[in-house]
Amino acid sequence: MKFDFDGWMLSKRALFPIVVGMGIAVVAFTGCKKARLDPFPASNTVAGWQKTSETRFFAAKDLWQYIDGDAEQYISAGVVSTSTSDYKYQGQLEATVDVYTMGDAAGARKIFESGQTGEAKSVSLGDAGIAYTQSVIFRKGPFLVRIVAYQSTPGAEQALLALAHGVEVML
Amino acid sequence: MKSRRDFLKTAATGAVLLGSQVKPGLAAMVDASGFHPQHSDAGKSRVVVAHDVALHGPDGQLSEKRVIDLLDRAIAAYTERDNPVDAWKRIVPVGKTIGLKVNGLGGKGISTHLVLVLAIAERLQQAGVKPGDILVWDRNARDLEACGLTISTDPSRVRCYGSDVAGFEDEPVVFGSANVKLAKILTRECDMVIGLPILKDHNLAGVTFAMKNMYGVVQRPYELHSGGCNPAVADLNCIPVVRQKVRFTIGDAITSVYEGGPGFHAEHLWQPNSLIVGEDRVAIDYNAWQMIERKRAEVGIMPLEAAGRPPRYIATAADAAHGLGFNDSMRFHLIET
Repeated sequence: MKFDFDGWMLSKRALFPIVVGMGIAVVAFTGCKKARLDPFPASNTVAGWQKTSETRFFAAKDLWQYIDGDAEQYISAGVVSTSTSDYKYQGQLEATVDVYTMGDAAGARKIFESGQTGEAKSVSLGDAGIAYTQSVIFRKGPFLVRIVAYQSTPGAEQALLALAHGVEVML
Repeated sequence: MKSRRDFLKTAATGAVLLGSQVKPGLAAMVDASGFHPQHSDAGKSRVVVAHDVALHGPDGQLSEKRVIDLLDRAIAAYTERDNPVDAWKRIVPVGKTIGLKVNGLGGKGISTHLVLVLAIAERLQQAGVKPGDILVWDRNARDLEACGLTISTDPSRVRCYGSDVAGFEDEPVVFGSANVKLAKILTRECDMVIGLPILKDHNLAGVTFAMKNMYGVVQRPYELHSGGCNPAVADLNCIPVVRQKVRFTIGDAITSVYEGGPGFHAEHLWQPNSLIVGEDRVAIDYNAWQMIERKRAEVGIMPLEAAGRPPRYIATAADAAHGLGFNDSMRFHLIET
């Protein structure tokens, strides 16, 4: 079968790469660009928690701007990007949520398993999770999530766990 | 204030001497500028560790009054002057711009304490320094805000802003392994800098305190991380403008992390409730390191040597090629108060 476009005669074989190429162009230029993951619960999505800052995003090459000195261990474990946001619980307890997107689950596991102390309590979050009185760390697939509170208040641990579950369902 | 040309000429001295990476040139420069503390005891430098076990109340809250008292006690011990105003007059010149280089890199939970910064700014003013001649600074607004500070460029008040506002020099300066672009706040705005680091374990360097705090004065600190930041920390502190202007340290060891640093890790948080003060940044770092090692031993964590990250840059900073101070307890006088 032949096609006639303004005098151009194209075979089916010749048309195929053009169609594929146009498809790729459409994908590239019409927003099929993979949307940046936003795993941060909006205010009050998790009871009592307010999101108090814009989400900040760091590509691996810029991670030093956020955690200079710590960045190397994430880079060696294959971090792709990091996003972070601040929260406040019932107007008092301040916390920061960091979500590290690693190249694969092994990278997330490597970071997760480093630096744990005997005080860590195992919690049911993602593929594996631990909690301390002022922090919760868990991994889920290629994601490593660290949530830290800046005060030690009664109920902080439970509040942090609730926020962690709120993040987990977004991943 | 030096012109840019004067600054580059000064900075270039290091570059020329070190251009060939020949040790004799390095040693010659150290001999010329040397480490000569203003306050010394029979040739020994002086380090004060001031401690208050009740700095944090039973509720865990920091007592502002006790921080001010601790600062006064530390400065009095260092200068041997009981009156805080007299004591500060022996440390800072009047009519010059005094920079307070804080450290907010670790974020809200592990940054130089606001109450300490405010207390120092207050004492400086009482000693005759004009508010506008005091400049509190760090890398950027985010780090300063982590310390609880508010950005201000008003010249009639104590100023507070970072290198994201003031920028960096276009021309790099070189000393040994350190090839860096320096913050204009250091090179152009400050006549003298007081370092206000916060004591932390460091994932690469082992310990971060007085000398490592200078990573906040360069544009790309991550380029100085190889080899456990050794010899880069020592080299950076040897750059003439760093060596000459950063003349005093009031180290914040009120709160610290003994593991997992330099970021905030609540599970490794600890309250040494101390200030470590002096001109000898090497002796200050040496004593800070010992403080962290004692804490690690107390909680049963391996020493930094066994963890593969001893702070080797401290010995490097003390060697003949750098001469930044002393890491030998026979050569510094440790005053505990």
